[in-house]
Amino acid sequence: MSIWIDKNTKVIVQGVTGQAGSFHAKACKEYGTQVVGGVTPGKGGQNSDSIPIFNTVQDAVKQTKANASVIFVPAPFAADAILEAAEAGIQLIVCITEGIPTLDMIQVKEALKGSNVRLIGPNCPGIITPEACKIGIMPGPIHKKGKIGVVSRSGTLTYEAVDQLTKKGLGQTTCIGIGGDPVNGTSFIDCLEAFEKDPETQAIVMIGEIGGTQEEEAAEFIQSNMKKKVAAFIAGMTAPEGKRMGHAGAIISGGKGTAKEKIAKLEKCGVVVSKSPATIAATISKLI
Amino acid sequence: MKIHEYQAKELLKKFGVALPAGRVASTVSEAKSTAEEIGLPVVVKAQIHAGGRGKGGGIKVAKTSSEVESISKTILGMNLVTPQTGPEGKKVKKVLIEKATQIKKEFYLGVVVDRAKSRFVMMASSEGGVEIEEVAARSPEKIFKTWVDPTVGLQGFQTRQLAFQLGLQGDAIKKFGNLALALYRFCVGSDASLVEINPMVLTQDGDLLALDCKVNLDDNALFRHPDLAKLLDPDEEDPNELEAKEHGLNYISLNGNIGCLVNGAGLAMATMDIIKLAGGEPCNFLDVGGGASQESVTEAFKIILRNTKVKAIFVNIFGGILRCDILANGIVAAAKELGVKVPLVVRLLGTNVELGKEILKKSGLNIISEDDFAMAAKKVVEVAR
Repeated sequence: MSIWIDKNTKVIVQGVTGQAGSFHAKACKEYGTQVVGGVTPGKGGQNSDSIPIFNTVQDAVKQTKANASVIFVPAPFAADAILEAAEAGIQLIVCITEGIPTLDMIQVKEALKGSNVRLIGPNCPGIITPEACKIGIMPGPIHKKGKIGVVSRSGTLTYEAVDQLTKKGLGQTTCIGIGGDPVNGTSFIDCLEAFEKDPETQAIVMIGEIGGTQEEEAAEFIQSNMKKKVAAFIAGMTAPEGKRMGHAGAIISGGKGTAKEKIAKLEKCGVVVSKSPATIAATISKLI
Repeated sequence: MKIHEYQAKELLKKFGVALPAGRVASTVSEAKSTAEEIGLPVVVKAQIHAGGRGKGGGIKVAKTSSEVESISKTILGMNLVTPQTGPEGKKVKKVLIEKATQIKKEFYLGVVVDRAKSRFVMMASSEGGVEIEEVAARSPEKIFKTWVDPTVGLQGFQTRQLAFQLGLQGDAIKKFGNLALALYRFCVGSDASLVEINPMVLTQDGDLLALDCKVNLDDNALFRHPDLAKLLDPDEEDPNELEAKEHGLNYISLNGNIGCLVNGAGLAMATMDIIKLAGGEPCNFLDVGGGASQESVTEAFKIILRNTKVKAIFVNIFGGILRCDILANGIVAAAKELGVKVPLVVRLLGTNVELGKEILKKSGLNIISEDDFAMAAKKVVEVAR
C-alpha cells in the first residue's frame, strides 16, 4: 500500500517537450511509472522518446485514460496548466514549476475548492511510491520500498532524509514534497492524515522549514488525530530574519515563522524533533 | 522586492489611494523648490528601505523655506542609522518632500497574503503609528481582519465593517471604503505581497490619508510588471546577492567564516544549521539550484571567495538534476581560475557521484572528501579554526 499513487497510476507530462519535461518524463518512465502521454500545444500527434504528445490535456485524457499529471510548464503559464488538468478530469496534479506568482496560486486554490482534485506543489520535487511509481524529479535509486512515510517542504533535503532512511534499512511507503511556496496545494496535514490511514505506513518523517505556520498546524493535528509516530526536522535555525532563504515561502517576517517557534510547538505536541539534519533517520528508527 | 516610500506612493496614487501632496527630491535646491510649490510647512523624509527612520533623525518638519534648506542639507547624504539598518547605517540619496498634515487620529491599514487561508487578508487597527507586531503581541483584540474572496475581490460591506470597528464616523466611513478598495486594487494590480499604511491618518480637516507606507512586491510576478521591476534600487541591495541572482544563484550574506555551496534551499539551510551545531558559523547561504552549470558553480565560488572572512568552504551536493560530475568540473575550473587557497570540504551524493569524486581526486586540489554529513560539518569547522 501507499498513498495517492501506485503502479496503476497513469501519468501525463504537461510541458513534455521542454528541457526539464522531456528529461524527467524519460526518467519517470525508466523508473517504471506508466507515463502514458505528454502535452505540448501545437505538437499533438508527435512523439517524445516514444511518449505520444497531445495538444490539450483533454485529448490526452480521452486517449490514454490518464488520472495524474506532472507539470513542467514555465511559471507564467503554470497556473493555466493546473486548471487545464483539473478541467480535464485529472485527479492528481503534481506541479514541479518554481516561481509561480502567489496571486496565481491564490486564484488556482480558489478554483479547485470543492473539487476532488489533489494538487501537490508547486515548487516541489513531486511524489514517489518506491519501486512502483515516481512522479517528479527526485533521484529514483536512493528510494527503497518500506514502511516510512516522508513529507517535506524541501527537495534535496528530502533526498538527504530518504538516503539516510534507505541506508539504515528503512524503506518508504510514499515520499511527498509539498513545495517551498507560500501558497501550495497539499499541506502537511493532508499528507499526515493519509499516512495515518494507510495500513502499510508505520511511522512518518516530516521535514519543515522557516516561514508560515504549516508546521504548527501539523503539530496540533498530530497531537489530536494521530496514533502513528512522527519524527520531524525543521531547517533554518540559523536563518536571518527578513531574508527569503531560496524558497519563496522560507522567510521569517515580523519575528514570525522561526525554526525555534516551530520546534517548540512540535515538541509540545509530542513530536520528536531531530536537532541535526544528519540524524533524521536515526531519530525515527528509535521511535519504531 | 522592496521599494522606496516615494515609489510606493506614486503607485498608490495611480490606484486612487488618498495621499498628502508630495514629491521626491535628490538635491537641496530641488527640495526647496518642491516645498515652495507644495506649500509650507512640509515634512522632509529620508528615502531608505529600512524602517524606524524618524528615530534616526531621518524625518523632520520644516516650517520655512530656510528650514527646508538646512534640514535637506543634513539629511541628503547623511548616513542614517535606524534600528533596522544595523550600526553601519544607510546613505540617504533622496528625500520625499510632503505637505505637513494636522493629525487628529492615527490608524493602521495593511494587506498581506494569509498563507494558511490562501487569501489576501486586510488588517486594520486603531493603534496606528506603532509597529503592528507590537500591537499584535500587546492587544490583539485591537486588530480587525477581513479575508478577501479572490473571485469577487474586496466588497463594500467588508470595508464598512472595518470602518465601524475602527470607530470612524460620518464622511470618514466612505473615505475609508474608497481608500481600502483602492489599496486592494493596487495589491492585485501590482502583485504586491505586502502593503502597510502606517499610519493612515484622519486629519483635522476630516481627510483620511496614507501618511507612511511600505510595499513589498512578489518577485515571482515581476515578469508581468516590467515597469515595477525597474523600481529596484541597487544601492539598497547586497551587491553579492544581486550578482548571484543574475547567475541563477540564491545567495545571502551572513556573519561567519565558513562558506557554503549547496544545491537546494532546504539542504542549504540545513547545512548552515549543522555547521552551527558543530560549533562553527556559516558566512553565507547559497543554493546553486537544480539547473546549475559549470559556469554558475564557478560564479558561486567567486562570490563566496570575495568575502575575505572565509576560512573554509563546505560543498554539500545531493545530485538529482544537478549531476555530481558537472559540479566537480565547476569546482576544479573555479579553483584553477581563482586560485582557491582555503580548504574545501566536499560532500557529494546522488547522480554520477563516482564520476564527480574521480574528477576531484585527479585535480590535485586540496580537497577533503567526506560522505558523512555530521563528520563533514565537523571537519569544515576544524579546518576553519
